[in-house]
Formats: sequence, structure tokens, C-alpha cells
Amino acid sequence: MTAVLEISGLQKTYRSRKGARKALDGFDMVVEAGQVHGFLGPNGSGKTTTLRTLLGLIKPNGGRMTILGREVPQHLPEVAGLVGAIVESPQFFGNFTARETLSLLADAGGVDQRRVDAVLEVVGLRERAAERVKTYSLGMKQRLAVASALLKEPKFLILDEPANGLDPGGIREMRTLMRTLSDSGMTVLLSSHILAEIQLICDSVTIIAAGRRVAAGSVAEVLAEHRSTKVKVRLEPGVDMFGAAQALRAAGAEVTLEQDHFIVGNASRPAQITRLLAGHQIFVSELTPVTVDLESVFLQLTGTAPVEGANRQVDDVAATAGNGWGQ
Amino acid sequence: MGTVSLFKAETRRLAKRRFSRYFVLGAVLVLVAVAIGMFVSNEKPTPAVIAQAQAEADRYFQEQTGYAAEEKKRCESLTPEQMKQQYGEGFTCDQLGQLQREDVQIQDFMPSQFDFRENFPGMVTTLAAILAMVAFVVGASFIGAEWNSGGMMNLLLWRPRRLQVLSTKLAALVVSLIGLTVTLSAVWTGLFWVIATMRGTTAKMTSGAWQSIGLLELRGMVLVLAAGMIGFGLASIGRHTAMALGAAIGVIVVFQFGLAVVLQVARVRFAEAYLLPFWGIAWLEKEWEVLDYNAPCDFSAVNGCEPPSMVITWQMAGIAMLAVVGLVTMAAMWTMRKRDIT
Repeated sequence: MTAVLEISGLQKTYRSRKGARKALDGFDMVVEAGQVHGFLGPNGSGKTTTLRTLLGLIKPNGGRMTILGREVPQHLPEVAGLVGAIVESPQFFGNFTARETLSLLADAGGVDQRRVDAVLEVVGLRERAAERVKTYSLGMKQRLAVASALLKEPKFLILDEPANGLDPGGIREMRTLMRTLSDSGMTVLLSSHILAEIQLICDSVTIIAAGRRVAAGSVAEVLAEHRSTKVKVRLEPGVDMFGAAQALRAAGAEVTLEQDHFIVGNASRPAQITRLLAGHQIFVSELTPVTVDLESVFLQLTGTAPVEGANRQVDDVAATAGNGWGQ
Repeated sequence: MGTVSLFKAETRRLAKRRFSRYFVLGAVLVLVAVAIGMFVSNEKPTPAVIAQAQAEADRYFQEQTGYAAEEKKRCESLTPEQMKQQYGEGFTCDQLGQLQREDVQIQDFMPSQFDFRENFPGMVTTLAAILAMVAFVVGASFIGAEWNSGGMMNLLLWRPRRLQVLSTKLAALVVSLIGLTVTLSAVWTGLFWVIATMRGTTAKMTSGAWQSIGLLELRGMVLVLAAGMIGFGLASIGRHTAMALGAAIGVIVVFQFGLAVVLQVARVRFAEAYLLPFWGIAWLEKEWEVLDYNAPCDFSAVNGCEPPSMVITWQMAGIAMLAVVGLVTMAAMWTMRKRDIT
């Protein structure tokens, strides 16, 4: 598979009177052709800086980036026609209608005006196209932003929080749209905080924290990388749970008792549990591995899981997989 | 092709903006009001009007002659002592003024008429001043609102050549302003030609007079373009319309009113030379003579005591205007090229 996007060692430092702040600290990312790639990270981790740098809006302090095989920002004008993008919240001139907005963009980009109605249809704004953008809800502006990105029939689509402000139906439509676009051969880079969505529609992900990549690969690979060895054990009703826990602890297991079951923390070979308990005439009614989802991996990798009684600050981010991929 | 389509898009964008439309419409309404005022306050010297003025002049002459005769009669009735007291030593009643018929000019009793050759240059200056203000505000808003609304960032995602985008936007503004100024100047000239025909005179309009008006209108257009480019440049540097408007208000308040007071208090020589409006007048009227009342006067046997003077020529004003426009435009380009778009 060929890479549509390659970023290596990207650096960006913001300097102000208060001092310097590293927004990107040697960030790496690869997006393969035809994939829907999720780009995840907590607030202030460098996602938007990465996208803006990629699109030539911010000048990097170091690193290398290529889009569709062309080095950017040097060759950005040559590939800009093939890249559709929305960055952060959709921003349009409020007094123009959706059709005027897209028509002006089509003129500016030398795109056939017939594309305007086509993309309005795709994003579901056909019947509201003659209304001023300032009367639109956030979700409708988001749809218009996606329409503007699709206008030039891009090969590579960059969407920053496209589901922001959409209702549940809109989120599902967006998901279907992403899949349809990907099936048509378009590569999609999707930045989002809705991790369940990312898990559902993305083929691969990159997770960024504190300006560095902390995980990357297919969703399955990232989950497998952080696969849990925990096993949930439930016994027949009335069976002595404490006795069973004691027997397992005596064999070296880490056991955490819950109300009607217990968790074995280091169960790399779950069969051992049934064998050991059967030896004590204790029979297991349920033995299930504790699965991880993208959200728990994200919280673990970025160190942003809420801690009871503590108010986490935006900059309290830990790139916990400092020795992981790409480091 | 690419730049042409961008230019077309930007020209469309400028024309579609409600702010531009309303501001131009407002200016047109002001200009119409000026034209109506000139039409109403002038009158053509028809035979009836001339006859009426002649009658008024005659009546005035008769009145004044009557008053003079009464005064002479009263004077002659005075005793030598009273004469001396009222008129001074050696005064005779024959010395009392006697109004001559040629002293009463019919023109003084005629309603004013619009003399195209005489009065139209003032109207061109009015047009240029109003359009310059429109150009400044529309130019500033054109780019300022784009930055403010995020439209500029959107555009740069499509055309990631910053200088080309800014230059094309500026070109769209300049070409649109040229179109607006040429159109309005033509209509303005036509309108006042009609006013002069109906309420005054179009006499003495030689080819030289037309050439002079043409050049004045050309200088007016350059002033309009300079104002538009300065507004555009300032708003682009500040990335907000308010930046340009704030700078304009700052210049007016600090550098004109404030500076004028300071210069007056400090008795600075040729104080008017530091104030922008006089440079504008010099540009349009070809020159402006600055008199220095704070300096000892130049004495000559012929003219007596005259204050020293300095002439600001249109060439000097043009160079100064070019320097300001160049500086602001270059600064706008430099910030566009260098600064991150966040």
C-alpha cells in the first residue's frame, strides 16, 4: 500500500513573551491510501497544529511532510487541488448563502460550478442552500464545511471534528459518508474525540499526546497492543468466592473481588484458572476476558483518565508510550 | 487560468458583499443630494431673470441716489460749527459720496448660476473626497471581514499561495474601485453638464479646460485608489476591519487635531505642511501655498510685509502618497508571508 500522507519528526514551537511552548515535538504519522485514518489526541495535544502545518497555514520549525508523494509545504500548491480539508470549527462569511459560498470557492479553485449542487445534495443541504449561513445551526455549518471540502473531488480528505454539532442521525450519516468516500478510493484523515465513532469507521489510527505520537497502526493492532490479560470469573451461586480467591492467590494470581464475581489480573493462561479451581471442587460458571476499547487505550496512553477528586488541567498530558511506536 | 478564476471569484465576492453595496449606495445618495442642492441653488440667466435683476439694480440705484440727495440737503442745512463737529475741519457737502450708475452691477442682483468651467472642479474634489472615504472603508472591510470570519483561511486551503491570494484580492479591489470611480465620474460630469446647461452656463469650455478637468478627475481617482489600498493594507496587517478604522481615527485625532494644536502652541514654522488634508488639497488642486505666520515677514517695497510661504506641489503630494501606499502594502505582504494563520 502507498502512503498518501507521511510526517516525520515534525516540530513546532510557539514563542511568546511568557516563553516557548512545544506544540509538536518530533511527531510522526503515516496514512495509507484508501483508508479512513483516525487522528486522536486530547485537547492541546497538537492535532490542529499538525493539520494546520500540513495545510501550509503554520510554518513548522523542523521535520518533513509529504502529501500524495509531494513534499509540503514546498509543493503544496501542486497538490492542494487534490486535498479537501476542514480545520477546526467551520468558518464562513455569515451573510452569504451556502450556494454563494460554495460557488465562490468553486470559482477560486477553478472547479466546475455544477459540483456545487452535487455536493449540496451529498451533505443534505440542497433545500436550505439559498439561506444565509448565519442562520445555520452548528451541524448545518459542519455539513457545509464538508461540502466545501468535497467540492474539488479530492483524493485526500482531511476532516477536523466533522461530527461536531451533528445530531445522532447526522453522525450516522457522516459515518456512512466517510465509508462511501473511502470505498470510492478516497483517503480520509479524521480527527475526532468521539472514540466509539473512530473505532467504528476507521481502519487505522494515530494517537498524539504532548506533541508526540504515542500509538499508531490499525485499530485492531492498537487494541491488541494494549490487550488486557484480565479475566472476569463468576462462580455457581452459593459457592465460596473467598475460598476460590484464596486458592488462586496461593498460586500467584492477582485477584480483585467484586460483588458477585472476581477479576484475575494476570491471567495470561485462563485455562489455569479452571484447572486450579476444579482441583478444589469449585466450578466456574463464567470465564470472560476483560476487553479494552479505544477509549480506555486512549485514556491510558494520554494519561487523561479522570482521577476522582482531582481537576485535570489541559496541559496535564502524559505521553506514556514514550518508548512505543516511532519514538 | 488559476489567477484569473481567483480574480473573478474575488471581484464577485466584493460585489456581493452587502457592506460594499450599502456603503456605495450611501455615497451615491450623498452625491445625489449634492447635485440636487446645486441644481436648486442655481438659476439660468434667462431674459426674464436678467430683466428682473436689471429692475432691482435700477430700484437700488434710485433708492441710494434719493438717500444721497437727502443727506446732501441735511448737510447744507447745518451751521459751520455743526459741520465741523460732524464731518471735520474743511469738509464741504460736495464731498459727500454720490453713487454712480456704473457702480451698481447687474451681476450683484442676479441669482447664482452654475458656471461649469468655474464651479465643476470643486464638484470633482467633492466626488473624490467622498469616494476616497468609501474606498478606505470598503477596502478595509473586504479583507478585514475575510480574516475575521475565517474566510481567508478557507481560501488559503484552496489556494495555498499566500502572496498570490492577497495580491489578487488587492487587484480585485483596485479594479473594482477604478470601475466605480470611472463610472461615477462620467455620470457626475454628465449630471453637472446638464445642471450647467439648465441652471448656468457651459461657456468657455475649451479643449484645454476639458483636459484640465480630465486630469483633475484622474488625480481624484488616484486618491481613491490610494485610500482603498491603505484601508486594505492596514486591515490585512491587523487581520480585522477595526484595525484600519482604528488607525484612521487615530490619524485623524492624534495627527490632525492633536498635532494641529501642538504645532500652534509650539509656533512651529509652516505648521500646515504637517497636516494631511493640505497635502490632499495640493494633490487635487495642483498646489497649496503654506504661509508661515510664526516667522518674521518678508518685506518688499512693492508688497509690504508678507509672511514667508512654501508651496506643496502635486508632485510632492504624489510622492508622499506613493510612499505611504507602498509602505502599507509591503507591510501587509510581509505579514501575510511570515505570520502563522491560527
